[in-house]
Amino acid sequence: MAERISRHDVVHVAWLARLELSDEELERFTSQLADVLDHAADVEALDLDGVPATSHPYPVGNVLRDDVPEPGLDRAEVLAQAPETEAGQFRVPPVRGEAP
Amino acid sequence: MSNRPGGGADIVWEAGSPGLDAPAGTEWEMVIGLEVHAELLTRTKLFSASANSFGGEPNSHIDPVCLGLPGTLPVLNRHAVELAIRVGLALGAEVQPSIFARKNYYYPDMPKNYQISQYDRPINVGGSLELPSGKVVGIVRAHLEEDTGKSTHVGGAGRIDDAAWSLVDYNRAGVPLLEIVSHPDLRSAAEAREYVTELRATLLAVGASDGKMEEGSLRVDANVSVRPLGSPELGTRCEIKNVNSLRSLGRAVTFEARRQIELLSSGERVTQQTRHWNEDTGRTSALRSKEEATDYRYFPEPDLVPLAPDPAWIEQIRAGLPLLPRQRRHRLAAATGQPPARLALVVERGQDELALEATEAGADPEAVLKHLEQNLADGTDRLTAAGLAELITMEQSGELTSNQVKEVLAEMVTSGESPATVARRAGFESVGAGELAGVVDRIIGEHPAEWQRLCAGDDRERKKMRGFFTGQVMRATKGQANGRDVAALLADRAGTDGL
Repeated sequence: MAERISRHDVVHVAWLARLELSDEELERFTSQLADVLDHAADVEALDLDGVPATSHPYPVGNVLRDDVPEPGLDRAEVLAQAPETEAGQFRVPPVRGEAP
Repeated sequence: MSNRPGGGADIVWEAGSPGLDAPAGTEWEMVIGLEVHAELLTRTKLFSASANSFGGEPNSHIDPVCLGLPGTLPVLNRHAVELAIRVGLALGAEVQPSIFARKNYYYPDMPKNYQISQYDRPINVGGSLELPSGKVVGIVRAHLEEDTGKSTHVGGAGRIDDAAWSLVDYNRAGVPLLEIVSHPDLRSAAEAREYVTELRATLLAVGASDGKMEEGSLRVDANVSVRPLGSPELGTRCEIKNVNSLRSLGRAVTFEARRQIELLSSGERVTQQTRHWNEDTGRTSALRSKEEATDYRYFPEPDLVPLAPDPAWIEQIRAGLPLLPRQRRHRLAAATGQPPARLALVVERGQDELALEATEAGADPEAVLKHLEQNLADGTDRLTAAGLAELITMEQSGELTSNQVKEVLAEMVTSGESPATVARRAGFESVGAGELAGVVDRIIGEHPAEWQRLCAGDDRERKKMRGFFTGQVMRATKGQANGRDVAALLADRAGTDGL
């Protein structure tokens, strides 16, 4: 069977999730992710023509909230949890490039 | 660059324009599609109950959901959905069952590390926007998503790429946005501006957004490409961000199109990328690209259930929609016989009701529009349609001179009085027909030599002398004689049909 996921793919996914993985972890996760994909392949092998895609498992929809404000969190309390703050804001490492 | 004369709305560059090195005969066409993000006028955020309000101390409108704290769950704001539907219906979109999706990326303005948006099943699909010029711009979709926090880059002279650190304010995080995506149907900077102006007016009309570009509640990203004029294919596009006003939009797309033309003209290629508009330098520039920037790994948001608005609710929203700017232009066009393009200004100023009423009251539509366009730019305040119609009657019957009309009109705007009242108080009594004839005859008698030149001279001489006599009569009547009446009397005395 063709390789379901390459080590290269796992490196890429780890980067997207900002995870730093050791060689040993890369090996282990490549194998585990391949098992997950094998399971997906089992499902894919079924004849599902005519079965609509399911985005959510429960037949529940339209859960809506009235547009009524409620008090938010206390700023001082929230900022006290942050590693660094400045002028009432969260201070974070520089970001390269603009937000998508 | 030079706009081709007579090219209409389509701006086209010609080979040989300054700074361009294109093969002779090459003409280029600009192709623009716009993504407009409008913050919706709700009281609370899209998925949580802290306040949606501009300004205020940083991080003063925050809650566990918009901060992405573990264990929190989003709950959709009903009013945001209603506003999205209002816009969809105004654009003639299909309001369809939709789901939310996670757009995954790492950036500190989105503390969950994903933005909740809509992807393959947006709430509104299709539709169009008709511009005052009559051009119809296709709409791809208008979907709901949450806004991000606001980051300020500190150090490195404020440049994003060189910042030493960033400060983040989450007041804006989670504010409901509607992203309205157009087809690449726009062909010039002027059309792009016209589209945003019309879309903004439509959003305001349905109460969906306050449309304040300067406060960022209406934001525009422009996808720009160029192609040889007449080519059916689309060129490689660049997305221009950081456009904060209509003027910037026009400048940015014009600069970008020219940049691409210069590249293509010198045998280079356009690279698809996101570019940042710099208002100070008047240029767009590529940002250092984020690796794998487009690998958002969208997937259905498991924390939100599907949204399928009840058709009865949609119809109720449709029934509550006001007349849209387009409909108001067409309504006034039908009443005045004028093209919708001319009526955009009057509709934009909200003076179309007055124009309609004055026209219905029997006033000459052309005169009504002329006064609104030229003399009432600062508003109509207490002016009534009946008053305007009456004033136009007085103007056209010669009771008031055109200068007097302007003065009376200005007074009517502030006082709300009838034109007759204002004119009487101002002493604008028109010179009676008998009295005027007497004045004309007296002046003819006083200037026999000039009268002879008027009666016997060539066209040029007659014209000159007509001016002389008209001036004399005006002086004698202190400017209160009607020019048309004077001309008619002079023609009568000279024995001609018209001088």
